[in-house]
Amino acid sequence: MTETRISRRFADCAAQGRPALVTFVMAGDPDLDTSLAIARALAAAGADVIELGMPFSDPMADGPAIQAAGQRALKGGQTMAKTLDLVRRFRESDTTTPIVLMGYYNPIYVRGSEHFVAEAKTAGVDGLIIVDLPPEADDELCLPALAAGLNFIRLATPTTDDKRLPAVLANTSGFVYYVSITGITGSAVPDAAKVAGAVGRIKRHTDLPVAVGFGVRDAMTAREIGRNADGVVVGSALVAAIAASLDADGRATAKTVSAVGDLVTDLASGVRAARAAAE
Amino acid sequence: MTTLSNSLRNGPDDRGFFGIYGGRFVAETLMPLILELEKAYEDARVDPSFKAELAALSTHYAGRPSALYYAERLTEFCREKSGGKFGAEIWFKREELNHTGSHKINNCLGQILLARRMGKTRIIAETGAGQHGVASATVSARFGLPCMVYMGAVDVERQKPNVFRMKLLGAEVTPVTSGAGTLKDAMNEALRDWVTNVENTYYLIGTAAGPHPYPAMVRDFQSVIGTETKEQFFAQKGRLPDAVVACIGGGSNAIGMFHPFLDDASVQICGVEAGGHGIDVENGHAASMTGGRPGVLHGNRTYLLQDDDGQILEGHSISAGLDYPGVGPEHSWLRDTGRVSYVPATDKEALDAFQICSKLEGIIPALEPSHALAQVLKMAPTMDRDKSIVVCLSGRGDKDVFSVAGYLGETM
Repeated sequence: MTETRISRRFADCAAQGRPALVTFVMAGDPDLDTSLAIARALAAAGADVIELGMPFSDPMADGPAIQAAGQRALKGGQTMAKTLDLVRRFRESDTTTPIVLMGYYNPIYVRGSEHFVAEAKTAGVDGLIIVDLPPEADDELCLPALAAGLNFIRLATPTTDDKRLPAVLANTSGFVYYVSITGITGSAVPDAAKVAGAVGRIKRHTDLPVAVGFGVRDAMTAREIGRNADGVVVGSALVAAIAASLDADGRATAKTVSAVGDLVTDLASGVRAARAAAE
Repeated sequence: MTTLSNSLRNGPDDRGFFGIYGGRFVAETLMPLILELEKAYEDARVDPSFKAELAALSTHYAGRPSALYYAERLTEFCREKSGGKFGAEIWFKREELNHTGSHKINNCLGQILLARRMGKTRIIAETGAGQHGVASATVSARFGLPCMVYMGAVDVERQKPNVFRMKLLGAEVTPVTSGAGTLKDAMNEALRDWVTNVENTYYLIGTAAGPHPYPAMVRDFQSVIGTETKEQFFAQKGRLPDAVVACIGGGSNAIGMFHPFLDDASVQICGVEAGGHGIDVENGHAASMTGGRPGVLHGNRTYLLQDDDGQILEGHSISAGLDYPGVGPEHSWLRDTGRVSYVPATDKEALDAFQICSKLEGIIPALEPSHALAQVLKMAPTMDRDKSIVVCLSGRGDKDVFSVAGYLGETM
């Protein structure tokens, strides 16, 4: 696999003896300019990888926090063109932090997969996570994305057994996103011991870094989960921090960007303590 | 298969596609279960004991076969409209006479037997008008399984009698407030439940949509409608009908009626979508094939109501059972091949047909098949008197009397 921003970043973190902190926010939540400021604040506060949600009207795998974030973004007029523009603007001042777009297939499908991956690559996107495209549908977007030089990051879940794992991992690149629970985003806190076992199981099948998400909400869980994972993903907690900072009409306030930055600073200390705590 | 290479009834392919439509666009958490479901269904459909149990329940519990009835006065009404010169015979396939009052029981009986066979201990379902919710609650009661029904909060309000019916049957009804609080949002919430409780839960999808194998499986369970129609019509007239008509939301009663006739080229097939306030009113209808374009939602590729950025629109229909922004994938394929014509009927046309049918035939139809009746009222007067149309009367209208009263400005 050729080197990418994602592989370089995971290698850097591994060299520092710590897991990567992967952060998720919704593009355009609560508005485009604030969203760009948040993305910059994430990187400044210690996020190693940034996942940007592409808002969709029907987020079937998301819990209430991320559903609401998508609704705020759509209400604020967010479109796919604006999401790509956000990445372009982010890249003007940051050429090293990997950006992964995450979402559902339909807004990409209507744009045309080939067209979309070319646009995304040009804008400075490094990878894609598309929730409703299992490996059985690789010809839809995964293969065009790989051909365009984008990583295609696949979700593995507790229901992905050893028989199925090779199929799930076959065209996966960048990293593997292990969903720590069967459920929607932002639900239960994962059981660290079970997660460690699952990460070990996946690593027997691949050399890719394994990041763990769903249910990580503070420095303590980040530290716990990070002991045995190459990356820790935090999404709903950040999105909830954004929601809590908004005014009564759902608009950004002076606290919005700093609320996210403060939480990420805390989470970054968590992942940095992960291995130290294990030893 | 060799003799049927030109058949329109061979779909889907082994990846679940009808042409470009269908497929399995689901989260990885669900994928292993979808594959397990496909295998369980493949085993069950050829198992004589499964077929025998379903047949016995269909006869003694659901009350099949449902009647095929010649609607004499409605036929006369259309003949008078044409000045007596034209006017095809109008026949009703009386699915509203089934236990629970609609065609939904056909599918629910099949799927509950499958759920039991797979060892699942909890049933979830989505519902729009409440007909599928009631049928799901019914079969769950019959087989002693707990049932959770997701229903849009707006639909809970406009379909109160069915909500109470589900509760009487022991089901739990969860109003869904996300989105516009209608059928698509109920389906999103059911999918979220399924992803969370995938180990023990069976998702009893009510229409011929969703990830493969649901569209094919629901079609197979509903095809009893068309198969019986063919036999019953032949017994009465010694030939095939000239046209079959059914309403389309997700399209389960329609595909059940149409599928057995697909290879009979002499039979005109017509699906009727919800035209709402009119096809030219933006977001004012639920006619995904007339006014939408292909996209991916709820596990399948199909025609969808959506904006230019791929965001799904809510759609509108007077009927809670039809205001879904998508349609079963096999219908999308049949539309593109041209075998079936899909046309809209507006809220007003459906409301008129609802009243005409009630007064002339003594049958109060549900608002959903009232759309199909509206199309029949347009078609029949243009067809020769020796022609025959069979319309699928998919449900009875008791559940709709309150909302119809509201539309007509009556207070009850």
